Amino acid sequence: MEYTILILLLPFVSFLFLGLAGMKLRPVVAGAIGTAVLAVVAVLSYTTAWEYFSAGRDAAGLYPTLMPWNTVWLPISGDLHIDLGILLDPISVMMLVVISTVSLMVHIYSFGYMKGERGFQRYYAFLSLFTMSMMGLVVATNIFQMYLFWELVGVSSYLLIGFYYTKPEAIAASKKAFIVTRFADLGFLIGILVHGYYAGTFTFTPAATTLAAGVMIPLALGLMFIGGAGKSAMFPLHIWLPDAMEGPTPVSALIHAATMVVAGVYLVARMFPLFIGYAPEVLHWTAYIGAFTALYAAVVACVQSDIKRVLAFSTISQIGFMIVALGVCTSNDPHTGGLGYMASMFHLFTHAMFKALLFLGAGAIIHAVHSNEMSTMGGLRKYMPLTHITFLVACLAIAGIWPFSGFFSKDEILTACFSFSPVMGWVMTAIAGLTAFYMFRLYYGIFWGRENRELHAEHTPHEAPFTMTLPLLILAAVTCVAGFIPFGQFVSADGLPYTIHIDGSVATLSLCVAVVAIALATWMYAREKQPVADRLAERFSGLHRAAYHRFYIDEVYQFITHRVIFACISTPIAWFDRHVVDGFLNLLATATNGASCLIRQMQSGSVQRYCIWFLGGALGLTILILFIC
Amino acid sequence: MDYTSILPLMRAELTLTAILVLVFLYDLIAGRRGHHYFSAVTCGLLVVQVLVNLVPGPEGELFGGMFHTTPMGGVVKSILAIGALLVCLQADQWLQREDTRHKQGEFYILTLSTLLGMYFMISAGHFLMFFIGLELASVPMACLVAFDKYKHYSAEAGAKYILCALFSSGLMLFGVSFLYGTTGTLYFDDMPARLTGSPLEILSMVFFFSGLGFKISLVPFHLWTADAYQGAPTTVTSYLSVVSKAAAAFVLFTTLVKVFAPMVEQWQTLLWIVTVLSITVANLFAIRQRDLKRFMAFSSISQAGYIMLAVIGGSSLGMTSLVFYVLVYMVANLAVFGVLSTVEQHSGGRVSLEDYNGFYHTNPKLAVMMMLALFSLAGIPPFAGFFSKFFVFTAAFESGFYLLVFIALLNTVISLYYYLLIVKAMFITPSDAPIATFRTDSYTRLSLALCMAGVLLLGVVSAVYDGIHLFAFGL
Repeated sequence: MEYTILILLLPFVSFLFLGLAGMKLRPVVAGAIGTAVLAVVAVLSYTTAWEYFSAGRDAAGLYPTLMPWNTVWLPISGDLHIDLGILLDPISVMMLVVISTVSLMVHIYSFGYMKGERGFQRYYAFLSLFTMSMMGLVVATNIFQMYLFWELVGVSSYLLIGFYYTKPEAIAASKKAFIVTRFADLGFLIGILVHGYYAGTFTFTPAATTLAAGVMIPLALGLMFIGGAGKSAMFPLHIWLPDAMEGPTPVSALIHAATMVVAGVYLVARMFPLFIGYAPEVLHWTAYIGAFTALYAAVVACVQSDIKRVLAFSTISQIGFMIVALGVCTSNDPHTGGLGYMASMFHLFTHAMFKALLFLGAGAIIHAVHSNEMSTMGGLRKYMPLTHITFLVACLAIAGIWPFSGFFSKDEILTACFSFSPVMGWVMTAIAGLTAFYMFRLYYGIFWGRENRELHAEHTPHEAPFTMTLPLLILAAVTCVAGFIPFGQFVSADGLPYTIHIDGSVATLSLCVAVVAIALATWMYAREKQPVADRLAERFSGLHRAAYHRFYIDEVYQFITHRVIFACISTPIAWFDRHVVDGFLNLLATATNGASCLIRQMQSGSVQRYCIWFLGGALGLTILILFIC
Repeated sequence: MDYTSILPLMRAELTLTAILVLVFLYDLIAGRRGHHYFSAVTCGLLVVQVLVNLVPGPEGELFGGMFHTTPMGGVVKSILAIGALLVCLQADQWLQREDTRHKQGEFYILTLSTLLGMYFMISAGHFLMFFIGLELASVPMACLVAFDKYKHYSAEAGAKYILCALFSSGLMLFGVSFLYGTTGTLYFDDMPARLTGSPLEILSMVFFFSGLGFKISLVPFHLWTADAYQGAPTTVTSYLSVVSKAAAAFVLFTTLVKVFAPMVEQWQTLLWIVTVLSITVANLFAIRQRDLKRFMAFSSISQAGYIMLAVIGGSSLGMTSLVFYVLVYMVANLAVFGVLSTVEQHSGGRVSLEDYNGFYHTNPKLAVMMMLALFSLAGIPPFAGFFSKFFVFTAAFESGFYLLVFIALLNTVISLYYYLLIVKAMFITPSDAPIATFRTDSYTRLSLALCMAGVLLLGVVSAVYDGIHLFAFGL
């Protein structure tokens, strides 16, 4: 399967080509090249998946871990070296399929959405770069390669969020995203180095003997999780994701819903054997962080008025679900406590599809009304039937209604939570209910509810062009059927096939909660007049305002950075730097200059002098050596 | 003696001699029209030379030990040939000028002769053989320096160069004669067993070293450098600064490690002092320079000091890092000289730092290439120069020269300052009369593109370093 290297190379070549020669091409041609390359990549990914899974299991009943391509890139010491290569195992193959599918959809969709934008070619170049980086991240053969691509993903995300670089909010958002994730990556890098030092390798599967000596492995894993938490927007490092919605909507669908933000989940899944073997308590801590994040984001999502922000918080909340699912694992065996691993990957898969669908749907709506605010929408079902239906499908999926894909994966997660502890199970069920509630608040707010008639009379919303609705239809179809994929046959914690079975009581409970939440949302938001919602907002105005402002977490950051760090630490350091360090360097520079003046006459220009220096130098050196040695 | 082994063992020398003859014949028979394609013919032949010698040849010795062929020597010869090829590509636009067109054959023949001399230097197994190689590399070089002989600067530089070269050769022969006197042999292989490290031998070792130090332009044997670099035609300067230097550095490594093995303590002390002097003194001079060719002269002296860091440990790691450093230095330096030379041709001889103010606004591509090359010379990641510096530092560090590495690191900061001076002039400082926009000829473009590929890729593609390392066994 050597051709898998093309999955990385093709988008990279496309990036270079479009980046360097893009401005000389017509926008449509540039877009077509980018999309065609991605179509090939998608086909290659599907072929890889097909070949990989159809090749069957080995004697131990596992899908083999293949490295069709690997090279030592930077040897550090005997055993420790950084490799670059391609690693195929069930989760990386699964991720290849997810990334290439969503990326292809976004490429096609962007034809319609980005039509006529300045920098259309640049946009496609960045999309290619991002796709290459993300693919490289998931197929990394070792943690350092993962880190390299991890940073590349960060860079391309930065470039794409700041795509509208003339808009101050977009610049601020891109900077914020980059700085926050970069800050978290510091933890990741230290974790990698600690891991490399104590485990003596950068590969994912260090020898047990070296690990036994390494009591620092839990620390290393904890630090790595900080990096993962940054990329996956876990509380309190989530603050960049809502702002990242300033980027073009298809970008949000690709990066901030389906692929990059799940990198943290993927990282934990990658390191899962180490987590479970050497640091189960760290793993459980990630579960608590994930659960809190899920709850926090769900509450905030209930009161946001910008539809992309709602989706952003919903993403944070859903990633919280995935992290929880991994965190509640207590063993390698899916039958006894290891179910969460499979559940998490399954949810990652289904979520990527329906969340991309939601974002692309939101893009179509924004395209129609030219605003993100819910107040400009309402009653859009008449104008945009296709978008309406596909959006409804995605909402049902994320709410966890049978037979849509979200039901199956969420059910597995809840089952895993209940088997970990009943409290965790009930909390997560409640959050699932909240999810159904705010998603249907969003749905009714857009397609039913109070219609902004003046605005719509002035400018009648219209259905999106075919290039945009086609991806919606494809993703909706996937969302309808993805739940029936026997996911446990491909991915499970111990690698052995696991047959998914729906836990009757959990399923009934979660379905009931979802239906009640949807009914509540219908009662509150479906009609033109929404007395209940307004009254509630008034009664709990303090809470409402706090949630609307995301519980002032951004302000806390602002306070800490400006008032505490800048004033108490940065200012004294700046003073020290300016006066002491610079002073010393200036002294050094003056001394250098002086010395330079002193020896100037050495270069006199007369050959006789040169020869004297030459001979004198040689004799002087001889005498010096005789003295020293 | 087995004459059949001459062909495989002297493959590089024989092919180069054949090329030399071919170029000579072409010069004779080609008419005015033929002269137009001189550069293409020579470069084509050089490409053949590189290709023929790409496959590693056998290892062995000829003529009773006078001539040694080693795998690493083969690698270095190929690198030198590539360097000569890049220089020849850049030479064309200068040689097509009215006053030099009729004698361009001479340029190529002289260049190839020096290259042949370096080949013999590298393969020498006997001090006299080595001396012949050295002279073959030096004497035509003086002609090259004085190539623009009706120009005052060029003629003066040529005179200075040949006088200094003669002086250093004399001193070196003097040292070699002492060696013969104390050991009774001039064969490299027999020498180590008979060396005792007596004061006379130390004196002769230093004299021998000074001869090579002259070629590499190490302090205090460097004084000719600035004048010769400034006066010589720019293309010749670039040849002088990379190819000639690279050959001498490699030979220095092999002779010190092999021939003077019993005197390792002495030559390590010698190198220690010379390295510190070279890097520091050259940096101190470089920051004051306003003429870019003179500036590059001091830059090349300090780079030579960094090359000595690879020599001082005498390990196989040092050997690999030396060859890698030389390769990386070659592409970066040739890129800088390529830009300097093409600008000089198109702007009527402007080479001072002030002339480059606002260069980016008129010739953005050249400015960016120059910037990347300077970054590589300064050792900024991710360009190749960072990796090559990293490897020589590692080599010296692993041999225990901590203080030396520290001093060298301090000096990289100074070097960063003066390299960035040029970048600042090109990109930031405004100018009333910037160098006008012009189009470069395609030979120069090709050579610059190759150099840029080297600057960008050599460091990142680790296969190059690993490939060189394969040949570093047994020195």
